[in-house]
This record gives sequence, C-alpha cells and structure tokens, in this order.
Amino acid sequence: MEKLLLLGDEAVALGAIHAGLSGVYAYPGTPSTEITEFIQTNKEAIAKGIRSRWCTNEKTAMEAALGMSYAGKRALVCMKHVGMNVCADAFVNSAITGVNGGLVVLAADDPSMHSSQNEQDSRFYGKFALIPIFEPSNQQECYDVMKNAFELSETIKEPVLLRIVTRLAHSRAAVEISEAREQNPLSASTDQWVLLPGIARRKYAALLEKQPLMEEAAEQSIFNKVEKGGDGKLGIIACGIAYNYVKEAIGNEGNILKVSQYPLPVKQIQQMAAENDAIIVIEDGQPVVEQDVKALLGTGYPVKGRLTGDLPRTGELNPDNVAAALGKSNDVHFAPATHLAGRPPQLCQGCGHRDVYGALREIIDEYPDARVFGDIGCYTLGALPPFKALSSCVDMGASITMAKGAADAGLRPAIAVIGDSTFTHSGMTGLLDAINDNSPITVIISDNLTTGMTGGQDSAGLNKYEAICLGLGMDPAHLHVVTPLPKNIPAIAQTIRDEIAYEGVSVIIPRRECIQTFARHARENKNNK
Amino acid sequence: MKKDIILCGVGGQGILSIATIIGQAATEAGIYLKQAEVHGMSQRGGDVQSNLRLSTDPIWSDLIPQAGTDVIISMEPMECLRYLAYLSPKGTVVSNSVPFINIPNYPDEKAMQAELDALPSVVKLDIDAVAKDCGNARGANMVLLGMAAPYIEILTVEQLRQAIAVVFARKGEAVVEANLKAFDQGVEAARKVNL
Repeated sequence: MEKLLLLGDEAVALGAIHAGLSGVYAYPGTPSTEITEFIQTNKEAIAKGIRSRWCTNEKTAMEAALGMSYAGKRALVCMKHVGMNVCADAFVNSAITGVNGGLVVLAADDPSMHSSQNEQDSRFYGKFALIPIFEPSNQQECYDVMKNAFELSETIKEPVLLRIVTRLAHSRAAVEISEAREQNPLSASTDQWVLLPGIARRKYAALLEKQPLMEEAAEQSIFNKVEKGGDGKLGIIACGIAYNYVKEAIGNEGNILKVSQYPLPVKQIQQMAAENDAIIVIEDGQPVVEQDVKALLGTGYPVKGRLTGDLPRTGELNPDNVAAALGKSNDVHFAPATHLAGRPPQLCQGCGHRDVYGALREIIDEYPDARVFGDIGCYTLGALPPFKALSSCVDMGASITMAKGAADAGLRPAIAVIGDSTFTHSGMTGLLDAINDNSPITVIISDNLTTGMTGGQDSAGLNKYEAICLGLGMDPAHLHVVTPLPKNIPAIAQTIRDEIAYEGVSVIIPRRECIQTFARHARENKNNK
Repeated sequence: MKKDIILCGVGGQGILSIATIIGQAATEAGIYLKQAEVHGMSQRGGDVQSNLRLSTDPIWSDLIPQAGTDVIISMEPMECLRYLAYLSPKGTVVSNSVPFINIPNYPDEKAMQAELDALPSVVKLDIDAVAKDCGNARGANMVLLGMAAPYIEILTVEQLRQAIAVVFARKGEAVVEANLKAFDQGVEAARKVNL
C-alpha cells in the first residue's frame, strides 16, 4: 500500500478526497488552513472537480456545505476553533435540519494559543449541537476517520464534528493510503428543512431520539479502544492526541481507554471505574470529558485531571506534563540559559502595514485621547514595539464596531484598523451600522490584496473595496485610497488628520501588495517564462 | 535506534527545508518519523523550531520529551539556548556561529557564545561564510545539515545526500549540485572540528 508523509491537516484533506468529497468550504485560519490548500492543489481533487475556493467567512462556508449536503453530496467545512463562533448559528441548526449527503465540520483547536486569541474547546460545540465528534490521535487516524465520519453522517442523517489540535494539524508522519470512493450523485433531499417552530420541534425531537444510536456507534467505534493493564489503582482516559503522550510515558503498563469518538463510550468508562480506584482524564484543551466523567460516576468516585491540578488548567498537553500526571518525570539536565532573549514575530521588513503604523504613530503622539481599535491579522503585530499603536484586538471585524461604540460614548478620535480579508469576513456589516448612524470614526482598511497572516490566500473582496464602501452608503468625499510607502507616511498621516476632524464615517484604504505574495508571484512569473 | 532532533532558528532562515530533506531520507530508508512544525502568526523574524523524531520503532508523541534531544541543529547561536531543557545530557548542538540580531535586547554576544561553548558537545561554524566560499550563498542551511549529518546516525551521510538530490531535482541539476557541494563542505567542516 502507498505511504505518504503528511501533516495531520493534509491527511484529513486526502482522507476526505478519498471518502468521496464533492466540496470543501473554508475560511483560512491557523491551524486549519493546510486542509483546504491541499485540496486546492491536489491533482486528484482537481481531476474530480472538487469545489475548493476560499469562502468569505466560516458562516458562509458552513451554509454552503449544508446546501451541498441537501443536494445529496458529501461536503467538508474547515475552520480554526474561533471560526466555530462565527458559524455557530448555521452549525447548531444543521443538527436540527439534519443532513442528506454526508457533512463533516472540522474544527482545529489551538491549545496554548500558538496563533489564537483563546483556547476554547470545540468539543463543547459538538455536545451543544448533540452530534457525534471524532478526535483522531495521529495522522493515520486523520486519514482513516474521514470515511467513517462521512458514513456515520449519512447513516444517522446528522452532521459530524471532527476535532483536531495544533500539534496534530501541523505534525507530519507517514500515512497509508487506501482506495478512493466515488462521489455521491446529485440527489436533492425531498424533506422540508424549514425550521418554523412546528417543524423545528419535530426535528429536535428526532435529533434527541438519535442520541442512543450515536452512543452505540461510539461504544463500538474502531477508534475507541480499551487497553488492559495497570494495577487497578488508576484508570486512564486519553482523548485524541493525549493518547500518544500517555503511551510515550508508560508504554503498555496502564489500563487505558482511548477516546477518539464521542458521545463518550459510557459502558467502557463504567467498567474502568469498577476495575480501578480512581480515573484520570487526559485531554487536550478544556476539561470537557473530565466534567462528564465526574457527572457520570458521581461525587464519591475520584476523577483526576485538569480541574484537580493533576494536569495544568491551561495550555496544551505535552509528553512532560502528561508523564508528570502519571507519576513519571522527564528530568531536565541543563539549567535554563541566562544569555537568551525572546524573539517575537514581527511585521516583515518592507511590509505596507509598517507604513500605515508609521503614520498612525504620529497621530497617536499628537492626539493623546486617540484610541486605535485593531483586528485579526498580521497587522495585529502593530500592538507590539516599535509601533505600540493598538488598544484592542478581539475578534474578526470588532475594530470597526468597537470604534463605533466608543465614538457613540463620546471618544474622539476613534480609529479602526482592519485588513482587507477581515473586512469582507466580518467588517462590512459593522461599517453599514456606522454609516447608518453617521458615527464619527476613521476606518483604515489596510489592503495588502491577500489573507496574509495565514500564508497569502485569496482575499474575497479583491478589487472591490471602494465599491463595497460606496455601496454601503459611504460619502465618496471621505473615502481615500493611499499607497503605504515610507515616503508617503507624512501624506497618509495628513489624510488621517483631516478625516479625524470630520464628524462622520471616513474610510482610508492604504493599498500595496503583501511583500510575501509579491515575491511569490515574481518567482512564479520567472518560472513560467 | 531512535534519534530526536530539534531544528531551530529565526523564521525565514530555511529550517523547514532541512526538515524536508531529513524527512525524505527517512521515508526512503523506511524508518519511522514524526515532525512537528510551527506555522502561522507570521513567524518571519520570530523564533521558529521543529521537533523531528526518527526511529526504527513506532513513535508515539509528536513532541520530544524534556532532556530527550540527541541533536539540536540551529541556524542561529542564541536560538540553541532556548531549548536546553530538551537537550539530553549526551546531546550535541550543531549551530551556525553567526548571530541574527533583529531585536533590541539581543544579549551580550561574547557571553552568549561562551554559554553555548560551555555545553559538553558543540559544533559551531560560520556557515554563511562556508556557503559563500562554495558559491552558494543561499545554501547555508545545507552546510549546517552537512555539519549535523554525522550526528544524525540513524541516517547515513549518503542517504541525506540522495535526499537532497530528490528534494531539489525539480529546480534543476545546477541547484542540486550547488546544494550537494554546500552539504559536503559542512560534512568536511564537522570532521575537522572533531579531529
């Protein structure tokens, strides 16, 4: 059988292609981006015509995938964990409508916040929506699980959540490839997915009736397994990637229940409790399973984990904190270095965002009351030295709306900085609110023609930004396009100054291509010649 | 046999290319491999590292346990010092000797180099100069891989050479030759250090 060296993300992608995928819908977000990128460039996927263009945001992605499922085909939605918040409305309700073609929603969680603003655990969303969750432990399972996930989705007619974490998404290992399945034919649902209260109540009841089926599937899942061993003192429940760290620490010595499919396999947990004095739950992310196991076994039974301090309450698991929780230690030999400094990421030399912040720094120095509300992207690094220009960065699109709210409260000048891709993702609606209220804010859409932070993916609104702003009702007199170059910093600062003085909505669009994509395009052009 | 390697440096210095070549050699040799990388959050200019695990037996964790690293391969001298907790008592550090200073609070260079030199097993070289001398200024990472090659042990120097040829084949014969030359210079340099 063929073996390929794949990232966890790439294994998910190839697994989906071989499971008969017809379309992937996604917005880029670390650590999920490489799934869609793999499908976009994979020859087999291209030959099969699998739909793979980037979506404007996670909600449009989720809804389009549900539409493809309605039409009878298999669809995959991919996002980083916080993307689940953006698509939550569609996601939760897709469990009420149910599905037709298999629908898999992939959430890539980021414990330790390597590249994120929180470490929320997507398994809560799966539980909330009352659907099955898969949590593969390694790259091979990332590949293998796709066929089972799509099959289960079509068997129970519900979406399925697939949860991975950064360390699996971005780690490579050899994966054995199996045979590819054909895509489903077009076969639109004849059921009504109209969630009027009368229908929704009936469908919700049907979803609840399916719960025992989902539990049974988890109890019989090939991805969940019991390893007998240990001395009866401590049973170990290891979820997803945690299983690897447990095996690294204790090999075959323990009584382990590996959980890679939910709802929790209750029978196996009850049996483990009967055979051991205590149970430790080892899971990456938040103590989701620990709480459930506590509830299942009652207050008299000792359950250890993140809540009891046996494992750290926050941050990702690693071979060291898991070993420590199991009474083993990986003793450090060398003392920490003394001549060592942190080296945080920084905006590239020559990046246009630098020139935008050069101008903004002048403004902030001139107006002590000014506040700059930031957003999600490379330009969030403007919060760090030498610019120190941002007061906030919360979620996709929050720059414009927070500036608006602050301006409503009387704050002047209120400035928003948002990237081009983030603006189309979730900034446009906020700008419409501001325009309708004639809020005195200055919005800077720092347009580098790409989705830069995740590696230069297509930006949904490319070449449409002026048209979008005007279409939303912007006064053309207060819409400016400038070129962010060091020599233009004084002129850009003057434009900002002029617009701060205006008691209404202004939009300034500094536009220059990301230097990384610029260099890539130059290389591609050279190679094509 | 098992070899745990940390590759480190500053974003943009080419550590992922080193990882790709070792990965190719390991795949060709049929040994087990796991390689955890850092992506995203515009790592350019920031510290980057990759955990690379090679073994003749299956590997569980994607991450290397503390005090478990056999070889730290670094494109920048201070960056080696970031991973000392992970270095095995018998581990070796193979590093570029030239600092990359892009932060205002870079430590005193002499003291930093002395701290690095005080480790039991260190192979250090100005790889940028070696790369330039053999006419491949962009091949410093291949010089470094050559220097590290004798310490990887689970893969032979020849297996790594073949992997370079495969990985760069797409870019043409001249690029392959230039990178092999840089690699060979690194192997030679490491041999001299050990004499």
